[in-house]
Amino acid sequence: MGEIWEGLIAGFWLVVSLDADLVEVTLRSLQVTLTAVVIASAIGLPFGAWLAIRRFRHRRATIALLNALMGLPPVVVGLIVYLLLSRSGPFGVFNLLFTPTAMIIAQVIIITPLIASIAHQAIRDIWADYHDLLISLSTSKIQRIKTLLWDGRRALITASLAGFGRAIGEVGAIMIVGGNIDNATRVLTTAIALETGKGDFALALGLGFVLIGLAVAVNLAIHAIGQTESEGKW
Amino acid sequence: MVTPILPLTMSSAVVKRRGQTLLGPVDLDISAQGFTIVMGPNGAGKTKLLRALHGIERLAAGKVTWQVPVGDTQDRQAFVFQAPIMLRRSVRDNLAYPLRLRGVAKSEAFARAADWAQRVGLGDALDRSAPRLSGGEKQKLALARALIGEPDILFLDEPCANLDGRATREIEAILKDAQAGGTRIVMATHDMGQARRLAEDIVFLMHGQVIERGPAQAFFAGPQTPQARALLQGDIVE
Repeated sequence: MGEIWEGLIAGFWLVVSLDADLVEVTLRSLQVTLTAVVIASAIGLPFGAWLAIRRFRHRRATIALLNALMGLPPVVVGLIVYLLLSRSGPFGVFNLLFTPTAMIIAQVIIITPLIASIAHQAIRDIWADYHDLLISLSTSKIQRIKTLLWDGRRALITASLAGFGRAIGEVGAIMIVGGNIDNATRVLTTAIALETGKGDFALALGLGFVLIGLAVAVNLAIHAIGQTESEGKW
Repeated sequence: MVTPILPLTMSSAVVKRRGQTLLGPVDLDISAQGFTIVMGPNGAGKTKLLRALHGIERLAAGKVTWQVPVGDTQDRQAFVFQAPIMLRRSVRDNLAYPLRLRGVAKSEAFARAADWAQRVGLGDALDRSAPRLSGGEKQKLALARALIGEPDILFLDEPCANLDGRATREIEAILKDAQAGGTRIVMATHDMGQARRLAEDIVFLMHGQVIERGPAQAFFAGPQTPQARALLQGDIVE
């Protein structure tokens, strides 16, 4: 118990004094995860909307597969990206292994299905609601998709946030493809794993605070920007 | 001068769902002027008939013919659903939506939206979220949104089904105004009082068939079919 308490205090001081290592690792975490979220959203949100509106032959199978991919084990994703990017792999020439770019690639693969799946469910519900009206007003396909994306924007932000939550706390894949190299690819989660292994609970806990704080802060910030909770806006 | 789209002719129209015939075959003329009330018990096919006329129901057989190609009628007809469909936006944005679809400039669309909100008694509610309105306000908004494009013909599917007397009266007043302004109205209801108040002619529907059709006065004074007579006497018809 004493150890935890001491760790909490030490961790708190690390945060308050803006410890250089802590700041660097935090910024890298944010850079990798935010980039991954932006890319995954750019792919996943339109794809989810498209799945909700379009009727095609293997639609149900596609949706089932997408939902299954949400549970993709990060470690396996890491392994596959590692194999693809390693010197002897098909993309070895790009020299991307053990770089932040490799970590971004792995995270995009992990969170795109999640974002697409949540976006699909949200848009599908709105489409069910709006269907008759939009048909009655003889809207074009483009007009329909624009209307649905706009009126579903809150749900779409939620989808991206869910992706962010999964990516920022992810450790298995980025440990494998990033290598947890000091000053190069070390991020919050891999640093926590390392410090815990070394027995330096103070730093580990400090990093843990930052990680939790970060997740909460980004969520709050996005809700504030979108004025999600303000009366009547949505 | 724009070519009139009415009268409208429906010939041998049939609507099927999973092999079951829900409507028809129906032959029906909708003249250029008037207020038609479609009556009949639940499941008689009132909704299907209106949707088929409006062109949002797939016909298994038969056709609906306007005076101009159907593509040219779409901006000139409007439909109000039984359960009003509210876009998850403000009242103003809901009203402006059909205009914005047709490329009307934002400022003009908003001005017309404000005008229409005033007309249906939602002048103070422009910035409120449409899904948060009360049932009566929602239906008035849906009605205003249908009328804002100044349609030649307006279809209404039991717009007052879940409303109290006051909201019903307000809606009926708006409809009479619209009719006076030259909009042809076709409305389904099973409220006998409402039919008597509004109808100029009656289409009486049962089991997907039109069993009686004629001017409202004659229908209420001397119905031709036993089913209509029973309905008017206050019996339960099914």
